[in-house]
Amino acid sequence: MTTRTKTRGQGTALGRAASRLFDSKWAGLAGLAVAALAPFLIATPYALSVMTSAAIFVMLASGLNIVVGFCGLLDLGYVAFFAVGAYTSGVLSTRFGLPLLMTVPAVIVVTVIAGIVIGAPTLRLRSDYLAIVTLGFGEIIRITANNLDVTGGPSGIYGIPGLSGSPVVFYYITVVIVSLAVIGASRLGRSRLGRAWRFVREDEDAAEAMGVHTYRVKLAAYIAGAVWGGLAGVLFAGQLSAISPGSFTFLQSALVLMAVVLGGMGSTPGVVVGAIVISLLPEVLRDFADYRFFAFGVLLIVVMLVRPQGLWPHRSREASS
Amino acid sequence: MSQLIWNGLFVGSFYALVALGYSMVYGIMKLLNFAHGDIYMLGAFTGFAILGAVGGISPGMALPVLLGVLVVTMAVTGLSGVLIERVAYRPLRNAPRLSLLITAVGASFALEYGMRAGAGADPQVYPLRLGGTAVEVLGARITLQQIALIIVAIVLMVGLNLLVTRTREGRAMRAIALDPRTSALMGISVNAVISRTFFLGSALAGAAGVMAGAYYGKIDFMMGFLIGLKAFTSAVIGGIGNIPGTMLGGLLLGLLESFGTYWLGGEWRDVFAFGVLILFLSVRPTGLLGERVTERV
Repeated sequence: MTTRTKTRGQGTALGRAASRLFDSKWAGLAGLAVAALAPFLIATPYALSVMTSAAIFVMLASGLNIVVGFCGLLDLGYVAFFAVGAYTSGVLSTRFGLPLLMTVPAVIVVTVIAGIVIGAPTLRLRSDYLAIVTLGFGEIIRITANNLDVTGGPSGIYGIPGLSGSPVVFYYITVVIVSLAVIGASRLGRSRLGRAWRFVREDEDAAEAMGVHTYRVKLAAYIAGAVWGGLAGVLFAGQLSAISPGSFTFLQSALVLMAVVLGGMGSTPGVVVGAIVISLLPEVLRDFADYRFFAFGVLLIVVMLVRPQGLWPHRSREASS
Repeated sequence: MSQLIWNGLFVGSFYALVALGYSMVYGIMKLLNFAHGDIYMLGAFTGFAILGAVGGISPGMALPVLLGVLVVTMAVTGLSGVLIERVAYRPLRNAPRLSLLITAVGASFALEYGMRAGAGADPQVYPLRLGGTAVEVLGARITLQQIALIIVAIVLMVGLNLLVTRTREGRAMRAIALDPRTSALMGISVNAVISRTFFLGSALAGAAGVMAGAYYGKIDFMMGFLIGLKAFTSAVIGGIGNIPGTMLGGLLLGLLESFGTYWLGGEWRDVFAFGVLILFLSVRPTGLLGERVTERV
């Protein structure tokens, strides 16, 4: 990544001050405070549902960040794990009357299995194969949910119990869970495993030569991403109480990827901000609905050409110390 | 039985046409061009626009008109492919592979939703349908239009194969696929050859788009998404980067799908196709005719 090292040295004094501000641990706490105080400013049901969706989207983006940002594997069907989580929890809670939280262990087991089924054959190959196989996997899950009886076919599952009756309480529960997930992902990225992921991203052959079991490490990243996506799916099912195949299209996967790329692959604060921007933008730009996705596509290209490290890039601790 | 085989071969020839562009681009610069399926969609819409501008066509003239439209569309989509390569891929040729894949997704997204903003989200009905009389051959109903389309597809594929194996241009392409830097030292203009490869691949996809529009009669802005995936599957089955292999893979996928639909029902067709893809990637990732390549650092 030559671009990354090149840009680090440049920048004005103002830019350095801003980035020091962004790098401080207070940024995360400030973000959390904003999330906690937001319902006091505006608490219409519509605003709450938008904010809850944004929080769930942050969780999705931080999960995809493990796969794409930390490990450098392009997953174009990430929404499949979101769907697997939402459907597993939806089916268990409506068919067997389990409360939503009790479905979480089953969701984790099922998403891990899904991650292994897709990851095990494809992670041995070049990384581009993974991209297109995950794209296909996203479609398989959606079509399967559309065709099976147990998932309710095209009309989906409804009547999924929420975590609480009040949308405000649900919002706060979501914020807590999502914060834990974001912190967890970030800690994972700094662990021994996380360093191995970054090594694989930068140079897979060198990592292999240095004794990193690249296949196992990549599979771990893929499975971690799958679990994050599945848990976000549980929240999604709880929020809407109804899920249908129409919520899990390629468009969703592309939007999550957009959030990760825009914010800065591998950078936790960047990805959180990117996810909030991408999920709130449609609410602001309602009049431009037709051109929105077109603009997203162009933006993806422009970001990659002009600023491949994203708006809020990751700074590795090893290099800056 | 023979009907199933015929349907499979017919659909497979579409897959093969689209897959060739995928396979050529991958062979020469190891890039998965996600926008390739959307070039197919662009071709269908370009043909639609031209036919709309031409106006009423008598049924007897349908085939010659279609061939004319085919040629113009191939030029348009070919140039679009060149433009995409120039804007989105060339500046990143030395960047990490992930960046290139992401711009490819961006290009695909921009094409899909740009077309949606331009032409609307509703499916459009193609102004020209090839009405044909059916003939019975070995118990399969074959229409003359299918035969005409298959002939066009075969002519295009054979032409491409001759170009790659027999001409100077083709030799340059194969040289770049082996080693871009040495090719440049030997006096091959690498950028120009890559541009022309994109032109050829995109022109073939555009031709397939017009043919699909005229045959199925309905087009929409997402029509390239699924066929892009299927074309990739065909390329993997046959051996990506290998032109005869890709053609074989397209026909084979068409046949597999045709039989899969018959056994499992139409709603499982796409699941079956991707299942085949995952199976092939785990058992024989180099495809049927692909050679085992060792990755160089």
